[in-house]
Amino acid sequence: MSGLHWRIVGAALVIVLALVYALPSLLPDKGPLLAVLPDKKVNLGLDLKGGINLVLGVDMQTAVHNTLDRMGDELRSEARQEEIIVLSPQVRADGNLHFVLLNEGKEQALDDLIDRYYSGQLQIQAKDTEDNRVLYTVAMTSEYRDKLQQMTIDQVLKVIRNRINQFGVTEPDIRRMQNNRLQVQLPGMEDAKRAVDLIQQTAHLEFQLVDDEADVDKATQGILPPGSELAYLQKRKPDGSYAKQPIVLKKNVLLSGEHITDAQVAFDQFNQPYVALSFDRQGSRIFERVTGENVHKRLAIVLDGKVYSAPTIQEKISGGRASITGQFSMEEAHDLAIVLRAGSLPAPVNILSERSVGASLGQQSIEQGIRSIIVGGILVLLFMLVYYGIGGLITDILLALNIIIILAVLAGFGATLTLPGIAGIILLIGMAVDASVLIYERIREELRKGLSPRKAVDEGFARSTLTIVDANVTTIIAAVILYQFGTGPIRGFAVTLSVGVLASMFTAIFVSKIFFDIWLSRRRPGSSLNL
Amino acid sequence: MGLRIIKPDTNIDFMGQRGWAVVASVLLLVLGLGAILFQGGLNYGIDFAGGITIQVKFDQDIHITDIKKALQTDNLPEIRVQRLGLEQGNEYLLRISAENAQPEEMRTMVAQSLEGGMQTGFTIQRLEMVGPKVGADLKNKALQALFYAVLFISIYISGRFEQKWMTAGIMAAGLLTGLYVLGLLAVPLVYLILAALTITLGLSWYLQLNYALGAVVALIHDVLITVGILALWGKEFDLTTVAALLTIIGYSLNDTIIIYDRIRENLRSKEAQSLLQTVNQSVNQTLSRTLLTSGTTILVVLCLIILGGGVIHDFALALLIGILVGTYSSIFVAGSLLLGIGPTPDKEPEQEAVQTA
Repeated sequence: MSGLHWRIVGAALVIVLALVYALPSLLPDKGPLLAVLPDKKVNLGLDLKGGINLVLGVDMQTAVHNTLDRMGDELRSEARQEEIIVLSPQVRADGNLHFVLLNEGKEQALDDLIDRYYSGQLQIQAKDTEDNRVLYTVAMTSEYRDKLQQMTIDQVLKVIRNRINQFGVTEPDIRRMQNNRLQVQLPGMEDAKRAVDLIQQTAHLEFQLVDDEADVDKATQGILPPGSELAYLQKRKPDGSYAKQPIVLKKNVLLSGEHITDAQVAFDQFNQPYVALSFDRQGSRIFERVTGENVHKRLAIVLDGKVYSAPTIQEKISGGRASITGQFSMEEAHDLAIVLRAGSLPAPVNILSERSVGASLGQQSIEQGIRSIIVGGILVLLFMLVYYGIGGLITDILLALNIIIILAVLAGFGATLTLPGIAGIILLIGMAVDASVLIYERIREELRKGLSPRKAVDEGFARSTLTIVDANVTTIIAAVILYQFGTGPIRGFAVTLSVGVLASMFTAIFVSKIFFDIWLSRRRPGSSLNL
Repeated sequence: MGLRIIKPDTNIDFMGQRGWAVVASVLLLVLGLGAILFQGGLNYGIDFAGGITIQVKFDQDIHITDIKKALQTDNLPEIRVQRLGLEQGNEYLLRISAENAQPEEMRTMVAQSLEGGMQTGFTIQRLEMVGPKVGADLKNKALQALFYAVLFISIYISGRFEQKWMTAGIMAAGLLTGLYVLGLLAVPLVYLILAALTITLGLSWYLQLNYALGAVVALIHDVLITVGILALWGKEFDLTTVAALLTIIGYSLNDTIIIYDRIRENLRSKEAQSLLQTVNQSVNQTLSRTLLTSGTTILVVLCLIILGGGVIHDFALALLIGILVGTYSSIFVAGSLLLGIGPTPDKEPEQEAVQTA
């Protein structure tokens, strides 16, 4: 009996603690008890709650390409200010920036300029002189490339987080992964298509003048005036799809989306939604000047290379406001306003993997999982009761305690319960009796050898303990490895399995011995052990 | 008194049947591996192979050929249709392997085709897309998981079964050195796993860790047969299959540990008795525990298969097969293996000291 009281106190403490943490997840949402209990509930995985899990890859090659492209344009205008003529900067397939210096005599001056403005960023790879012209091949330094990748990922993360927050998903989880990837989890989001559109849209907004003098027919055949480009005007058809109408634009971008401070859905007199934009002060000044200089010309609003509308400028527009009309549906206008407010992505993102589960399937999985736990649990409980009598009853109590401990640990540590996790609990109900079975079979054997019940119980526990610990270590090794290398749902399995195995060892070795000691001490002396 | 399925004095001659056990194991292995070879390798799910799966639940009972017919339109790529879980669930899995298929585009097009071609209502319950890059990553992760499982469990077994942690240390050092060298040579993970197994078997043999050797061979036996049966059944291999396999590894070792412990205990305490008799006695002594634990586990896994729904069905099925194979192997195979190899020579520490002196 030595220390029995202390062991009872210890076990009781664990049981109470487990109940305190497990109850909030088991009780209905309202009740007087909940006021005193911790408010942590078991966290359900996306496969049970419903929702979307996306793995996004940031297209770094395009990010580097775009940056080099922009640097080329900047370099040209900086050179022009110092009266150096640089021609046709462009990024070629080799990923390097190529341009031509018109006057060989300015070579030193251009090299100095590149060194002054782009030291640490650009590196001259090769120079070929050809009748008074120098052909430059310039590469981005690997340090700057790393820095750019870092900045691009940071920016993408910020923009996507912004968009999702503004869209209003509860408890989204957006995190960075290795290899320029992001993981986005949107619990409870049902419309996967809308979510993907919202996240994937680059949302690069530009205002460009329409080149009305160009011949559209010729342009579609590839004959374009210098400084102009072919684009397509989106015309929404009644069924929601878009017709494309060719339109020729001046290449020069007059104003871009970075000057937008706000974008809101508004309605015109026909109750058609459109997106109203507000510009910052610099943007307002540019917009005022551009509209003032181009009255009666058409101004195209280009989003991600598609022309949404190209209204004629009636008069100079001051006050920094503009609107995008395009016969949007309400949802489209709403999402467009969000992406414009949240800013554009510095690089395209690709969907590398998508897993979306409908809330109805999640609910169905929970119900089926709980039903399996209940039916399987009752069958095992009955079996143990019939097979081991009072010993079986003790095992049954331990089994219930195991499940409560699993739930308490999940809730207390904020771990996530997934469908494979539920399978882990079910599996555990079957496996957890193993420890009891090992002990009981050993006690039965010792009893057959003619040991007294007291001795047989002590021997049985003593001889089985090491075996139980050992046998479970292998399962824990497997579970730890699964946790380390598994994806979300599998991790849930690893968690319930390892927590469950630990709980079952604790209950079978520690708690069950207490029950046996109490049972033995209350037994009439000399009576046999009903096991 | 409680019930007893296995009478205390049960003495079934399991080891006498080991000839049949060899036949059964070899047959299962050949059938399973044959199925894998016939299919030209394992049948990977989208986790590893990449692609799109769409889970659809229909409101009424329908025939699978109707779904196939409805999806045979010009604008859709080839779609494989299979039933998910039990028949009454009316849940089907559509698998699209075409590269570059955009998930949301496919969702819309499949929905339109089903609306046009099917008489009954339906819900798209789940859509999963794994691109080739992520698929390759997941495959690598799964292999890594298997690799570390082999590594840790080998080290654990060699120490655990022999109670000689020094030897286990030598084992671990040998294993890690071998693998480190292979790692330097950039050997693919699959070969690394095979190398780890070979080194483990070789070292166990050389260091005369016979219990460990038997346990590892039993483990390989269980996993290969389970994989073979799943392949024979036409089941796909994905991350959940790997999770099931790792669980089975843990479970099957658990059984082997208990039987080998009993054999060692009987060898130490018993008067002269043949090894065959001792092994037989040990298997019989642990038989009721083996059957009880397997019984309750199979019971709950069956509940999961019948009631758990389509999503978890194949996972539960893999567990069921693994547990059945593991139970068979712990009664018939683990003991037989030890008979073949012989138990680890039980040297007394003092004797060892004298010999080396």
